[in-house]
Amino acid sequence: MMDEDFSQYPLELTGDDIPMVRFSRVSKRYGALTVLDNLDLDVAAGEMITIIGPSGSGKTTVLRMLMTLETINEGVIYVDGKPLTHMEKCGKLVRADRRYLRQMRAQIGMCFQHFNLFPHMTALENCMEGPVQVLGMKKAAARARSEELLELVGMADKRDQHPARLSGGQQQRVAIARALAMRPKVMLFDEVTSALDPEVIGEVTTVIRNLVDKHNLTMLMVTHQMGFAKDISDRVCFFFDGKIEEQNSPEELFSNPQKERTQQFLSAVKEAG
Amino acid sequence: MSYIDFLKEYGHRFLDGTLVTAEQFFLATLLAICIALLAGLMKLSRNRLIRGVAVVYIEFFRGTSLLVQLYWIFFVLPLFGLTFEKFTAGFVAVGMNLGAYGAELVRGGIQSVPKGQWEAAYALSLSPFKRMWRIILPQAFVNMLPPWGNLLIELLKNTALVALISVSDLMFEAKQINGSTFLSAQTFGTALIIYYVLARFVVTPFMRWLERVMRRKLGRA
Ligand SMILES: Nc1ncnc2c1ncn2[C@@H]1O[C@H](COP(=O)(O)OP(=O)(O)OP(=O)(O)O)[C@@H](O)[C@H]1O
Ligand SMILES: [Mg+2]
Repeated sequence: MMDEDFSQYPLELTGDDIPMVRFSRVSKRYGALTVLDNLDLDVAAGEMITIIGPSGSGKTTVLRMLMTLETINEGVIYVDGKPLTHMEKCGKLVRADRRYLRQMRAQIGMCFQHFNLFPHMTALENCMEGPVQVLGMKKAAARARSEELLELVGMADKRDQHPARLSGGQQQRVAIARALAMRPKVMLFDEVTSALDPEVIGEVTTVIRNLVDKHNLTMLMVTHQMGFAKDISDRVCFFFDGKIEEQNSPEELFSNPQKERTQQFLSAVKEAG
Repeated sequence: MSYIDFLKEYGHRFLDGTLVTAEQFFLATLLAICIALLAGLMKLSRNRLIRGVAVVYIEFFRGTSLLVQLYWIFFVLPLFGLTFEKFTAGFVAVGMNLGAYGAELVRGGIQSVPKGQWEAAYALSLSPFKRMWRIILPQAFVNMLPPWGNLLIELLKNTALVALISVSDLMFEAKQINGSTFLSAQTFGTALIIYYVLARFVVTPFMRWLERVMRRKLGRA
């Protein structure tokens, strides 16, 4: 790899008003294909941001980079002021080692489209896995925390079931509890209702709505459900071609989109129902 | 001599031989599992050297005859100062050979675990070891049980070769009995039946049972 120079990026963010998440000139490429192009995005602590946009516009990639599931080609991501995939060495930023990465990503929780619960563990065991194996919590404490969270997502009565015995909506709620059990500062939701039957979508959105209302979590959510996005987001970002084409409060963006591409996208979505 | 008389006369020797075969089978299986796990994981390593070692091991043991490997371990290694008891040489050769086949099953089993499982474990910040040991391997294990059943039956049959270095297993006893009685049909017929019974009524049901248990653990039963 080329000698990389990150000298234009600060070692960490300082000041009173640092964002919980900052993408600073972040680019992502697969070969010749540029998926994210010089992305700048700040997410304030406690803010709920929804990412919308056409297929292939890079929405999932944004979340996966934040989860460090994808490497960065250029730029730096900061989480709570500290670089996510870089660390300081001799006063300069260099690519972080695995240990540092693991520490940093423990602050971020992610829910996937296909839930990805561990099939050989019960709902409760799924939730306890992170606290016990990563945070080193005592089993009893992890169990108490997990039961509380399963209660929160309305799955307390199914805690001893394996995922195979749960419906999609139920699995997704357990997956949310599992991510929350790590007490993340940032939660990521990538189309968490896309794989669900229409009649159970509501039970998952209710859980997320609950989190937004009662918990001061920072959240980034990718969704195709415009109504839901409009209801619960503090801000909506419309992605097009690896860039934020337009961002605004949900009221403004949905009722009064400024850019032509946003208008086209929104009317196409409306037509599709 | 009726077959009943034959069994009365030589039954205990068949039994002794069967016990040795069972011991050889058991020890070779343990060794094969360990080797398969190690070589299978090594083959998936990002490090080219580690991967290379596994590839050479697997290629060598799959690509050459078990009998020759057995002779090497028993007759040739002592020339380099590495001496094994014949009993040890027997199950080590069989275990190392079948372990090479098992390695491919382990590799395939691990690769059959959906990518989402890796990503979920990664997102939880599990260490690479815990990710493999606690999340991926248990699922890979379930996926590879059926082919392991076949492999273990193959292993059982292959243990008959250890008779050629005079380990007193079932095949060895049968050859001895045949040598003194010349009742080939009875002798080798009995051996045949015992091998079949072991495979069909011990190994296979055990593997089926294990599959059921594991499926229940996955809540799939
Ligand atoms: N591993 C990969 N290798 C090559 N190209 C990839 C890879 N992952 C994603 N891409 C490409 O990156 C682009 C952005 O993908 P991304 O998954 O972020 O889109 P998206 O906005 O989430 O789309 P969708 O709404 O369909 O989920 C797409 O063109 C995709 O084909
Ligand atoms: Mg996507």
